[in-house]
Amino acid sequence: MATHEPRYRVPVPKYRPGDEPDFSHLKIPAAGQAKRPGVDVDGRDTIDLALGMVRVLDHNHQAVGEWNPEIKPDVLREGLRHMVLTRVYDERMLKLQRQGKMSFYMKSTGEEAVAVAGAMALKDSDMVFPSYRQQGILFARGRDIVDMMCHCISNSGDNLKGRQLPVHYTWAEGNFFSISGNLGTQFPQAVGWAMAARYKGEDQVTASWIGDGTTAEGDFHGALTLASTYHAAVILNVVNNQFAISTHQNMAIGDAPTFAMKGLGYGIASLRVDGNDFLAVYAAMQWAAERARKGHGPTYIEYFSYRADAHSTSDDPSGYRPKTEAKAWPLGDPIERLKNHLIGLGEWDDERHETLEKELNDLVVKSYKEAESHGTLHDGPLSPIPSIFEDVFEEQDWRLIRQRQDLGV
Amino acid sequence: MPKMNMIQALNSALDIAMEKDPNVVSFGEDAGYFGGVFRVTAGLQKKYGLDRSFDTPINEAAIAAMAIGMAANGLRPVAEVQFSDYIFPAIDQIVSEMTRLRYRSAGQYTQPIVIRSPWGGGIRGGQTHSMSPEAFFTHIPGLRVVIPSNPYDAKGLLLAAIENNDPVVFFEPKRMYNGPFDGKPDGALQSWANHPKGEVPEGHYTVPLDQAEVVREGNDVTLLAYGTLVHVALSAAEKSGIDAEVIDLKTLTPYDIETITKSVKKTGRCIVSQEAPRTSGFAAELAAQIQEDCFYSLEAPIYRVTGWDTPYPHAHEWSYFPGQDRFINALKSVMEAA
Repeated sequence: MATHEPRYRVPVPKYRPGDEPDFSHLKIPAAGQAKRPGVDVDGRDTIDLALGMVRVLDHNHQAVGEWNPEIKPDVLREGLRHMVLTRVYDERMLKLQRQGKMSFYMKSTGEEAVAVAGAMALKDSDMVFPSYRQQGILFARGRDIVDMMCHCISNSGDNLKGRQLPVHYTWAEGNFFSISGNLGTQFPQAVGWAMAARYKGEDQVTASWIGDGTTAEGDFHGALTLASTYHAAVILNVVNNQFAISTHQNMAIGDAPTFAMKGLGYGIASLRVDGNDFLAVYAAMQWAAERARKGHGPTYIEYFSYRADAHSTSDDPSGYRPKTEAKAWPLGDPIERLKNHLIGLGEWDDERHETLEKELNDLVVKSYKEAESHGTLHDGPLSPIPSIFEDVFEEQDWRLIRQRQDLGV
Repeated sequence: MPKMNMIQALNSALDIAMEKDPNVVSFGEDAGYFGGVFRVTAGLQKKYGLDRSFDTPINEAAIAAMAIGMAANGLRPVAEVQFSDYIFPAIDQIVSEMTRLRYRSAGQYTQPIVIRSPWGGGIRGGQTHSMSPEAFFTHIPGLRVVIPSNPYDAKGLLLAAIENNDPVVFFEPKRMYNGPFDGKPDGALQSWANHPKGEVPEGHYTVPLDQAEVVREGNDVTLLAYGTLVHVALSAAEKSGIDAEVIDLKTLTPYDIETITKSVKKTGRCIVSQEAPRTSGFAAELAAQIQEDCFYSLEAPIYRVTGWDTPYPHAHEWSYFPGQDRFINALKSVMEAA
């Protein structure tokens, strides 16, 4: 056991396993406080938004303030449904992974609003470059659940021919880019995509998501430099879920007051948003999309949230943070908050919620049965073995032809 | 037929590609208004506009990433990396993204990208302007690596690369932009004007991306080279008095195994060459494949003529560079070996 004082600062989380988490030190601005500027605001004039926080749902579950997107109850219920489906799907897939049905899984528990509200505020024709924790986008865009599961269990129905780890979806038809496992690479790519969309005269907006830890990558700087330089119609999103596997966000933020503030150095309009507030996420994304579509340039958004479960099936968070931390998180649970808001509006009740959960659970169970009818990772059928030599190039050259012969397939 | 140096030939290829296909765009550090530090993109911005030929921030990773996003969205970007020594910040985007996107998306997204980059030594560029990093790239599945050795091939290969639907790293031997180089630094500068491969058609044509060329026929030994060393190898073969067959590979991945094995089976001897450091270089790949395919035709071990396993030195550039003497010594050794 080391006994000396550290000779330089190495940031550590405030709480470790066994500690009693207390987040009363976090300064969370009240809902409704943030001003909503016009979408043509000079990016440099967004400092209050980068230091503050766009929040719409107050502690009584009422929607308040200038950022209230005033969404119809039908749309709110749709959002709730997508979020509940995301959570139910994640829970089921985790269980199946534990049963050995798939090699790996990553849940998005606690972050469902970021993906679902973000996707709903965009048009389905807008392009997304997500990270691996935005599966909610796929539900919001209506991707077939069986297809998603076939990918996760890498069977003969996997549209990626078994080439990618589970949850690394690609769905070009749904304008959903190929998810990389390498962190941050998609951020500057999204800028290139957005530039090409403008080049072709399209009014499409492009959005990309990374996590708080990934802001330390060089590609973060590259993306913000490109977006700022070329005034791209892009929305660069950072989901600050407090953790990069076991590493606290204070290993990436340095002495910056917020992640959102990092965008100001590039002169990009920068917002900090309550990531567990469906309405705030929706409003921020809607604002940014309108700004981009009207040619006013990029927006950079930090979603303040909390990763309520493990990073993936390969880590156990009780080894690095208190088990009670998620419950102590001051911004609550995004599903509960939207549910309570709808109940407050008289547009929802507990009974309907339970029915919805049951319906979606049944849907997921039924979908998995159907997915398994296309094969399982262990027992097949999988994509044909020779397919490992396909799509390396448009056409196979002699090396791949010979190697396929060497493999004997 | 017009005479062109390699810069003019490459510029002509870009001009034709941009004229022919409105989705071709060209960008890089200093590659817009100024036309690149070697002037390969000169005039393109004036002719095609600011959004088709433009400058970029100094961030090779971002340049590659921008190309990836653009190519996935239907454009055909031609990105310049100012010196191949500066390509390493982009390597994650190239290795993990560009060259895998077709594969990992099962063909939903493709990457018709060319990364052009001045390459190789012989210009007193020191360790940061002289590297031959091709072996880092030939090791990457899903990537073509092309290195022309003359103006005619440079234009035809660049057009083929731009029209190809997979990513290509296109290295330009900068020592030969203005003329062929026989490896003798003290000799008079040569010009492409007096070289048959300096005759370059003005219009569109392509040179195949998977074919080598026998540039000197011979019966005693096969000498494999690419880029700058093609001319060094040719000069060495002339001076040695040995009946060497010299093959210009042009495309490293996929290399033209048929032309290579046909020659080695005929001559029974082989020397492979590269400017890059010896260990794990592309010559090692060639030697390994040739012994697999031609072992029973070989009458001598396969020799390598390469740079040393050192960074590229400045003052002692010509002690590093594999010049004529090293080729001639290798030719003699391989002939004496059996």
